[in-house]
Amino acid sequence: MTAPVQQFKRQAEVLTHDLRHREIIQTALGKYAVVRDKNRGAFQDYQSARQAAAETKWEAINHLDKHLEQLVSKLEARGTKVHWASTGDQAREIIQKILREKKARSIIKSKAMTSEEIHLNHALEEEGFEVVESDLGEFIVQLKKETPYHIVFPAMHLTRGEIRDLFNKELAANATDNPEELTMVARRVMRQKYITADIGFTGANFAIAETGMISITENEGNARLTAALPKTMITLVGIEKVLPRLEDLALFLPMLATSGTGQPLTCYNTMYSGPRQPGEPDGPEEWHVVLLDNRRSELLADPEQRDALHCIRCGACLNVCPIFRNVGGHTYGTTYSGPIGSVITPHLRGLDEWKHLSYSSSLCGACTETCPVKIDLAHHLLQNRRNSVQKKSSPAWKLGFELMNFVFKRPGFYEFVAPLGRAAQKLHPMIAGKAFDPAFPWTKTRSAPKIAKQTFKEWWRERG
Amino acid sequence: MTVSLFIPCFVDLLYPKVGISIVQILERLGHKIDFAEELNCCGQPAFNSGYWDEARELAAPVVKRLKNAEAVVIASGSCGAMLKVFYPQLFAGTELETDAKKLSSKCFEFSDFLVTKLGVTDLGAKFPAKVTFHDGCHGLRELGIKRSPRALLEKVQGLQLVEMKEEICCGFGGTFAAKFPMISTAMGDVKCAQAAETGADYIISNDSSCLMHIQGLLEKQGKKLKTIHLAEVLTSR
Ligand code: SF4
Repeated sequence: MTAPVQQFKRQAEVLTHDLRHREIIQTALGKYAVVRDKNRGAFQDYQSARQAAAETKWEAINHLDKHLEQLVSKLEARGTKVHWASTGDQAREIIQKILREKKARSIIKSKAMTSEEIHLNHALEEEGFEVVESDLGEFIVQLKKETPYHIVFPAMHLTRGEIRDLFNKELAANATDNPEELTMVARRVMRQKYITADIGFTGANFAIAETGMISITENEGNARLTAALPKTMITLVGIEKVLPRLEDLALFLPMLATSGTGQPLTCYNTMYSGPRQPGEPDGPEEWHVVLLDNRRSELLADPEQRDALHCIRCGACLNVCPIFRNVGGHTYGTTYSGPIGSVITPHLRGLDEWKHLSYSSSLCGACTETCPVKIDLAHHLLQNRRNSVQKKSSPAWKLGFELMNFVFKRPGFYEFVAPLGRAAQKLHPMIAGKAFDPAFPWTKTRSAPKIAKQTFKEWWRERG
Repeated sequence: MTVSLFIPCFVDLLYPKVGISIVQILERLGHKIDFAEELNCCGQPAFNSGYWDEARELAAPVVKRLKNAEAVVIASGSCGAMLKVFYPQLFAGTELETDAKKLSSKCFEFSDFLVTKLGVTDLGAKFPAKVTFHDGCHGLRELGIKRSPRALLEKVQGLQLVEMKEEICCGFGGTFAAKFPMISTAMGDVKCAQAAETGADYIISNDSSCLMHIQGLLEKQGKKLKTIHLAEVLTSR
């Protein structure tokens, strides 16, 4: 077993028994489902909206080269500096170089999963930069020295009491667990950081090719401040974030909000189209946009799973996933967890090490059903499994299936399954549920079904 | 009409009553049964595990045997999805591709066959109990079957159906249940809790494989809640 699978199984064992964790997550996501359904109902026809969104993303991704070129030329036309990063390493180097050139010391960040993907905070802190997350959830997990638990709700696994204790300890606050009070504590700290930060760093929700704009949606206004106050702004964008036209946002902003948090729209939706222009009173003097590939183009080259690049990172598939809901986000050990993480991590970080995520699914299809851009998630898990077997099969499983085939294809042999099974079951209760029971993975928590006194085939033959 | 019947191994060995009930219902409605006795497995365990070559070995005889059938009825939503949805993928680019597609169009999960193909909902059954219904995920999401089993249950005398608060997987998932037993069990516990919340005496489903897992958990935990397949409810008098 490779390390990630061991880590996954170990942590899954812990989390699946943690009933408090289960309760927190089920309650939070139960509430989400109620508002999500209500606001999906506000679409004239939600299923057609999904179809339209899927088609727009299909267009965007299938002509990605063209759209990216257009995006870049529009961005550059208004004075934005655009950088291309093939890998995470390159992206970090580009960003570090800008920081050095600017003689920056502190960076204020708004939420960006791409920066988690390239482990940016760690690299910058190693080099002595001060990095402060300004999204409240991200701020909390940063204080706790954790990675985000969920791509949209980074701190959803923590209770108010835990956040209070964290703030009181780390920020020398003296707060109760009143959410407003806790928010004020965070705000007080952050406002100071905004004023002193040399660099504002953001992610992107969409990149509009037609107009050369980056669209950021948020609920706290922190991304706006991040973009408005520091003199230099850096935005890290996955190349799949492209949308062809500005008017596409009319569909995608409500789609993202409804799937993401259940809201009809997020509170702040901003389009950034360049650094401060002559005569403008505010905005950064310099804006760098870093376009990140990091193996996305390999996914693009896979016609079967290319649609995984349609993802708008809304998190809806995580929210409905019964596996995510029971093992939690950290167990995956990846930047992107839940169904989309299980689908793309093998592409982004290697199939051999990450195939177990594609196997740790009951293939229930709740993800596919909810995805606003209709990514065929559950079937992609099956394809990852097939690909991993094609690359390297497990001798034990292969033998098992060959044996099964041998018996199932020969009625003469199959006839013995029932009598043999009955005999084995007479003895089985002695070992059932014990660790040396070959059926232990089943019988530890479940009673074994009994072979019937008369099988269907025996009945069929008997009645003639 | 002549209805070809596909009985997967676990129904044959563990839940023969499900198959027997299906035969009784279809015969009572005047149909002739063509039981594909030599078939035991649709190949789903190997397919779902990524062993598509091995899956094709079991699936090919199924395609060949059933492609010319008038209609094929499958006693499980999950195997039904395998034949209907996944065979065309499994055989894409092979010489059986056309036959697999041909077969696909004739495959029906049992409850859906009764309601959408035959237009029958009232089978004169009686089952005086409070029940809840578990949708097997493959039947629900791959085949889109939600209404049919409920239409049948509505006509069962004395039966009171209380829905669970969520459409959520029971955690069986075939080999997943053995590969990741802790996750499978936790999912099953959530399912059982939601079923218990309804106050039902029975969990009914159109998929015996889900019920095997759910019943296994309930028994081990000494719970009173019982499971029963839809076909058996429909032959209760
Ligand atoms: S795969 Fe679909 S549901 Fe999941 S995060 Fe991406 S867009 Fe949202």
